[in-house]
Amino acid sequence: MIGFEYARASNVADAVSQMAASPAAKFIAGGTNLVDLMKVHVERPTKLIDISKLPLDKVEETGGGLRIGALVRNTDLAYHPLVETRYPMLSSAIMAGASQQLRNMASVGGNLLQRTRCAYFYDLTTACNKREPGAGCAAIDGHNRMNAILGTSDACIAVHPSDMCVALAVLEASVHVTGPRGERVIALTDFHRLPGDTPQRDTNLEADELITAVEVPPQGFSTNYTYLKIRDRLSYAFALVSVAVGLELNGSKIKEARFALGGVAHKPWRNAAAEASLSGQSASEAAFAEAADIVLRDAKGFGHNTFKIDLARRAIVRALSQAARGTPQSQSSKKIA
Amino acid sequence: MNEPTRLPIELNVNGQKRALTIAPWTTLLDLLREHLDLTGTKKGCDQGQCGACTVLIDGRRVISCLTLAVTKDGASVTTIEGLAQDGKLHPLQQAFIDHDAFQCGYCTPGQICSAAGLIAEGKAKTADEIRELMSGNICRCGAYPNIVAAIQQAMGQQS
Repeated sequence: MIGFEYARASNVADAVSQMAASPAAKFIAGGTNLVDLMKVHVERPTKLIDISKLPLDKVEETGGGLRIGALVRNTDLAYHPLVETRYPMLSSAIMAGASQQLRNMASVGGNLLQRTRCAYFYDLTTACNKREPGAGCAAIDGHNRMNAILGTSDACIAVHPSDMCVALAVLEASVHVTGPRGERVIALTDFHRLPGDTPQRDTNLEADELITAVEVPPQGFSTNYTYLKIRDRLSYAFALVSVAVGLELNGSKIKEARFALGGVAHKPWRNAAAEASLSGQSASEAAFAEAADIVLRDAKGFGHNTFKIDLARRAIVRALSQAARGTPQSQSSKKIA
Repeated sequence: MNEPTRLPIELNVNGQKRALTIAPWTTLLDLLREHLDLTGTKKGCDQGQCGACTVLIDGRRVISCLTLAVTKDGASVTTIEGLAQDGKLHPLQQAFIDHDAFQCGYCTPGQICSAAGLIAEGKAKTADEIRELMSGNICRCGAYPNIVAAIQQAMGQQS
């Protein structure tokens, strides 16, 4: 690791003012991604501001919803009784990601700020516009099996690696942040960006801002939901494709449908037209396939990852069927429900 | 570059208070192995992917290679060296022997610390659940069936 200074933040205001004074600093909470990237010199902060002891580790009820402190550990959130009962899709998505050791360390805010696991982003000897703007993208013509099929640009085909964020996109969570210009709230679906010609920016969080909480609204889809994750091995692997679904049913008719895809884009991928195509329809494979076709109409493969288009189509149909039947995917039994 | 700023920290390691002055980039894994000569905790990938460096911090299993030691000032750390009590093996250590739950043994300290964390969590009941919640510990010799059997034996003794 390259040398750096270290200081603890005594409170949120102190964290923000320390960052304002050291623009090349980084906040550290769980460190599971940041320390990893520092070891390979992809991240080179001059200073780490330790926020891990700040009192942002509570889950609180807010008029039917939940306000989740940015420092709540991933396992503590997944196992929280209110999350397990009201937002089981969120619990399931969290438990589908990483390993229990990493979930014990990783914070909610840090999960949102994960960097891509694109191999070229990690490899300093190859071209990566995300790591070094203007350098080029070695993934487009390289080994791109894990890369994106939706929302890509000529500059970057990286995917956002989080499972948790895919569920948060369906739940329409919001991200509370604070910084030198005060507090603001960003919708989770606007938090992560598409790469465009600025792939170096993963999110709309400014470098001097700190995430303080994630809020989920009351609607939890606790009856008809699923989180289906397809990957190269059965556990502890990033998604090739994942699908989070929340349905409100009226008998066999769909009142409201929401679904998001992970592993296919630079952000959790929702498609309003595809979701709207399901409302008022009977829950049927034909309707689900049509919705999947809408999502994937503009999908583009890059060779090694072209199979993801078909895989995503089938995963969407399967996940919508699981949710409609009320048989969500178990994350421990590996049988596809 | 200039001499790095070293920082004082205090840890309770396997029941003993240890005061150290360390560079901020010292991982908990390197602190245990290089500063305290506790070499039971193994460095496998050093990237948080293999689980060989698993230890317990305040009773919870974590990856010590991705933990900066300065961030854990005041914490209690349990390593494989701290599991046996009064000269008697921890039930998991005995179970790993009983079930021949290793071949080369390099992943074993991490497997056992991880399993101790798993039992303390109390979430895994079935073999499927043990397998899923132990997936952060890779065994390249492939001793997985015996590891699951050993954990089931130790869980039975403690429930």
